[in-house]
Amino acid sequence: MSHAISIESVSKRFGTLQALDDISFTVAHGEFFALLGPNGAGKTTLISAMGGLSRPDSGRIRIMGHDAVSDTRAARMQLGVVPQELVFDPFFTVRETLVFQSGYFGIRHNDAWVDELLFKLGLPDKANTNMRALSGGMKRRVMVAQALVHRPPVIVLDEPTAGVDVELRQSLWAFVQELNDAGHTIVLTTHYLEEAEALCSRIAMMKKGRLIALEAKDKLLAHSASREISLKLSGPLPATLAASYQARETDGRQILVLPDIARLEDVLRELRLAAVEVRELSVHETDLEQVFVELMHGGKK
Amino acid sequence: MQGFLTLFKKEILRFWKVAFQTVAAPVLTALLYQLIFSHVLSRHVEAYPGVSYTAFLIPGLTMMSMAQNAFANSSSSLIQSKITGNIVFLLLPPLSALEFFGAYLLASVVRGMVVGAGVLLVTAWFGLPLPANPLWVLLFAALGCGVLGTLGIIAGIWADKFDQLAAFQNFIIMPLTFLSGVFYSISGLPPLWKAVSHLNPVFYMIDGFRYGFFGQADVSPWLAAAVVAGSFLLLSAWALHLLRSGYKLRQ
Ligand SMILES: Nc1ncnc2c1ncn2[C@@H]1O[C@H](COP(=O)(O)OP(=O)(O)OP(=O)(O)O)[C@@H](O)[C@H]1O
Ligand SMILES: [Mg+2]
Repeated sequence: MSHAISIESVSKRFGTLQALDDISFTVAHGEFFALLGPNGAGKTTLISAMGGLSRPDSGRIRIMGHDAVSDTRAARMQLGVVPQELVFDPFFTVRETLVFQSGYFGIRHNDAWVDELLFKLGLPDKANTNMRALSGGMKRRVMVAQALVHRPPVIVLDEPTAGVDVELRQSLWAFVQELNDAGHTIVLTTHYLEEAEALCSRIAMMKKGRLIALEAKDKLLAHSASREISLKLSGPLPATLAASYQARETDGRQILVLPDIARLEDVLRELRLAAVEVRELSVHETDLEQVFVELMHGGKK
Repeated sequence: MQGFLTLFKKEILRFWKVAFQTVAAPVLTALLYQLIFSHVLSRHVEAYPGVSYTAFLIPGLTMMSMAQNAFANSSSSLIQSKITGNIVFLLLPPLSALEFFGAYLLASVVRGMVVGAGVLLVTAWFGLPLPANPLWVLLFAALGCGVLGTLGIIAGIWADKFDQLAAFQNFIIMPLTFLSGVFYSISGLPPLWKAVSHLNPVFYMIDGFRYGFFGQADVSPWLAAAVVAGSFLLLSAWALHLLRSGYKLRQ
């Protein structure tokens, strides 16, 4: 039981569409983990597979060491999922909804925790209101509470802040942070990149069903801003440049890593001072994946 | 076990909160059938020796109402949860297939029996005798509701849209219930239709139920019980298999 979540070579097809393509990663205990990617990347599909809502075609998912397919009961007890779609049962009140949800997890007297959840999520005065009579944001808060009735050690939130106002978004994150501080493992997806950046320690990025990046937040951010340039020079590269830009040579060209493209100016100036002529210069194109990384970086500003 | 009890309670509340539509309305419908058919047909037929047509009609109508409502309960609850999407709240918790099945089934049986009791209550004054054999009455009521409740679960899992469910209801459930001897004794039918009726499990439910009231019927109550119980077991095994395999629910 070394990981809170372990995903091994998970693939899933919908007809001809490869929704998940050999995804593997693990999430450690107590980690705050973000799953990012554009619409249709496969984030929700992966979360559904974690929660046993769908079955992967191949591969294996374990929640706190319990297989999501063969050891479902234990796996589901350990997991709380807030689904992306806003769904509710119009027949019942908020309290009824939460008491029923507790019962499905085998919990009988859960009133104290239900009250606390209602309080933390700013819903205490809505306890006896019918679900139908809540605003969209309030319904989403109830969904968060539903995912937490059984105090799961692993909590997965699929875009919990979609359609939620700024104030609630902040109080929701404060609450989730509190849960994380108390030792809960948190996985979230969001399109607000600043949220992921502010909260998460590690970030996975998906695109077209593939995992395209998985790194600690700091590394990812550093990585996204840096650029490689390739130079063909008339003479040797000055030692100062080689040292400060991790230069390497391939095919008679010098490859330099710039922490920021603005530093190109400095490089050219130093070359001029050293009387080295630049015969060719190319900036390595950022691919689409890096564009997304850049986008995430840009979201910070 | 707690999961089962909770889901059962939720399913009971779901229909009870709208009892006007789910209980009162079908009781009224049955009463109208009783008024009209007994008025039109009472002079023509004596179904069994010593049993007036109006009395004969009551158990058939009761069983038909129970069957239709047991089916409606599980099937409409499931399709609504699927279409609105709130079924995820039942798929995420560790409910076993048996707990899931048991809760929907039992709630359907309760709805069917409540409607059945209501129909008996409002039609009894047409001359229904006290049951000759109350145990048969209860057994066939429970088993009949069980068969249709289970069929409702299967239909609810299978259907993706309300009109698919409506088709199931109109092309399978309605013919089965109407062609089962609700309004007539099949002993008076031509041989072909009689043979066809004998293939219909709903016929055995109604016949056995009637036996409980009048102590006479078209076939032996033991045969009827065997057919109905057999159908119930078969359909239950099917429903459980669908739930375990995740058919349509966990794609
Ligand atoms: N039940 C389904 N049947 C067919 N295709 C599906 C189904 N569910 C998802 N898909 C497809 O799988 C792909 C991944 O969808 P998914 O919902 O996982 O994306 P996502 O990363 O969560 O996107 P978003 O950010 O919009 O929520 C999409 O192309 C989607 O159309
Ligand atoms: Mg999604």
